[in-house]
Amino acid sequence: MQEILQYLFSGITNGAIYAVIAIGFSMLYSSTELINFAHGEFVMLGALCMVTFFGAFHLPLISAIVLSVVCIAVCGLVFERLAIRTVRHPEPIVLIIITVGASIFLRGIGMIIWGKDAHTIASFSSHPPLDIAGAKLLSQSVWIIAILLATIVGLQLFYKKTLTGKAMEANAISKRAAWIVGIPSRLMVMLAFGLSTAMGGLAGVIIAPITMSSYDMGTMLGLKGFCAAMLGGLGSLWGALLGGFLLGILESFGVGFVSSGLKDATAFLLLLFILYVKPGGIISTASVKRF
Amino acid sequence: MISHTTRNRIAYAIFLLTIVISGYFLENLYYLQVLTFIGINTLLALALNMLMGYAGQISLGHAAFYGIGAYGTAILTVHCGFSPWLALPAAVAAAMLVAYVVGIPTLKLSGYYLGMGTLGFGMIVNILFREWSSVTGGASGFIGIPTLELGPVSFASGRNYFYLVWGCVLVGFIACQRIIDSRIGRALRAIHDGENAAAAVGVDTQKLKLQIFVLSAAISALAGFLYAHLVYFISPGTFSFIASIRMVTMVVIGGMASIWGALLGASLLTLLPEWLHAFSEFEMVVYGLILMVVMIFLPRGLTRGLLDIYERTVKKSTR
Repeated sequence: MQEILQYLFSGITNGAIYAVIAIGFSMLYSSTELINFAHGEFVMLGALCMVTFFGAFHLPLISAIVLSVVCIAVCGLVFERLAIRTVRHPEPIVLIIITVGASIFLRGIGMIIWGKDAHTIASFSSHPPLDIAGAKLLSQSVWIIAILLATIVGLQLFYKKTLTGKAMEANAISKRAAWIVGIPSRLMVMLAFGLSTAMGGLAGVIIAPITMSSYDMGTMLGLKGFCAAMLGGLGSLWGALLGGFLLGILESFGVGFVSSGLKDATAFLLLLFILYVKPGGIISTASVKRF
Repeated sequence: MISHTTRNRIAYAIFLLTIVISGYFLENLYYLQVLTFIGINTLLALALNMLMGYAGQISLGHAAFYGIGAYGTAILTVHCGFSPWLALPAAVAAAMLVAYVVGIPTLKLSGYYLGMGTLGFGMIVNILFREWSSVTGGASGFIGIPTLELGPVSFASGRNYFYLVWGCVLVGFIACQRIIDSRIGRALRAIHDGENAAAAVGVDTQKLKLQIFVLSAAISALAGFLYAHLVYFISPGTFSFIASIRMVTMVVIGGMASIWGALLGASLLTLLPEWLHAFSEFEMVVYGLILMVVMIFLPRGLTRGLLDIYERTVKKSTR
């Protein structure tokens, strides 16, 4: 019982991180139909920015988080402007290669700035782990889940209550129709890019205290976040959330009860399963697009 | 005007001559080694180009078949004591079987979803190589793969292996060219342009896609076999997600739906890291930049892109 609870806690913690990454993927996909293979690298940059701002410069927690996320969002905007909008024939395969090129580029940048060593920082607050029925819940896990919830509430408010958010949603539904009613679609795409990479950066920020941050951590995290997004249903916020938690918990139980070698395979086995059975994801709209 | 077939024959004759001459005159072992690697990568690019360029089906997990070829021959020769020449058909058959089984559900998908399905498959195979350490040697790799020998001829020396690899490339080129020029090739291009339209005129798209996937896996496995016996040591990193991406890049940079594009893409992508060593720390940055810039400005690949630029300038000057 105690063991199960412990696995569940670590599953939920990882799941929350996958969910944040998956939200970034989904957000971008719903407004641009683009899969950003460099997304994981933004997670890496977020974590390493946090290492610098919080770990090395000792900025106050909130300003370190905000500064890191803003830095990553700006990187995302620059990336969109320079590498995505300039593409003349935006076919999937071309965009895949460009984002993969960007991911290699960003990894190289990360290596030059932060070196090849792994970095670690202290937890956001120095509370001792909570003891729930014999299982330990790290204070950082509470932080991660709280930040995830705050993000979701914030995003919901943004999409449903603000004009910009509604315009973004309209743009995601139909670019042309949105354009006709006067929504600047280019700006919306740019905004979606900025928000999506900010999500990646945020995932990096909250994961930094519980992992070894290094320039090569991004690829696997990105791919897993991607699996989570697919699992729940690409393009849906709730799908990303569900997929993230499902993946995190299954992975954690897989490690606990089957084998630790299986950890990374879980995500991809789930991905194949969902693609074969229900390619639209668990939460999918009535018409499943297989393209 | 010479016919298409004659022109192809001339091209292959020149290609063969180039191989023989460069193999004969090159003394530097390093150059021979690099050229041999280019040959292996050309086979990979050719395999993926058949699938991606001609049939229009993307695969982001093709390194799995490359790995199955390499690990197949390694396991059979070292653990089971097979002769490499027996291990070759066995490894290729294994890759084909896996491709067949995986292809049935996966090839029903298309676009990004197909890319994701193949990506997931490639990752799982790679994790298998890494975690099944009793058989594959795990993350530290597989050592002691034997040298290829055929009677008195040993393929240990750089030159013999060079001829072996490029011989395979030549055979692969001619075989693929013949497929492309046949009825099957036309059907494949029809699938590329519009799957429903192809099905409407009577092309069995599922069956054909599966066949080309299996063929592509077989060529990749052959490349894996050649790689394993060239370096005697294999590790999971060689067949990772990055390797699959590198294969896709070779095809796209070289030019999709072009046999010679595969050669160009493979040569560039093999030589690029060698040249970039000079940049040491900045190697990755420059590599990523080159990928992005080529794709932004020449999205149809270098072969087609440069041809386009050439045609445009010719048109301008005649006007």
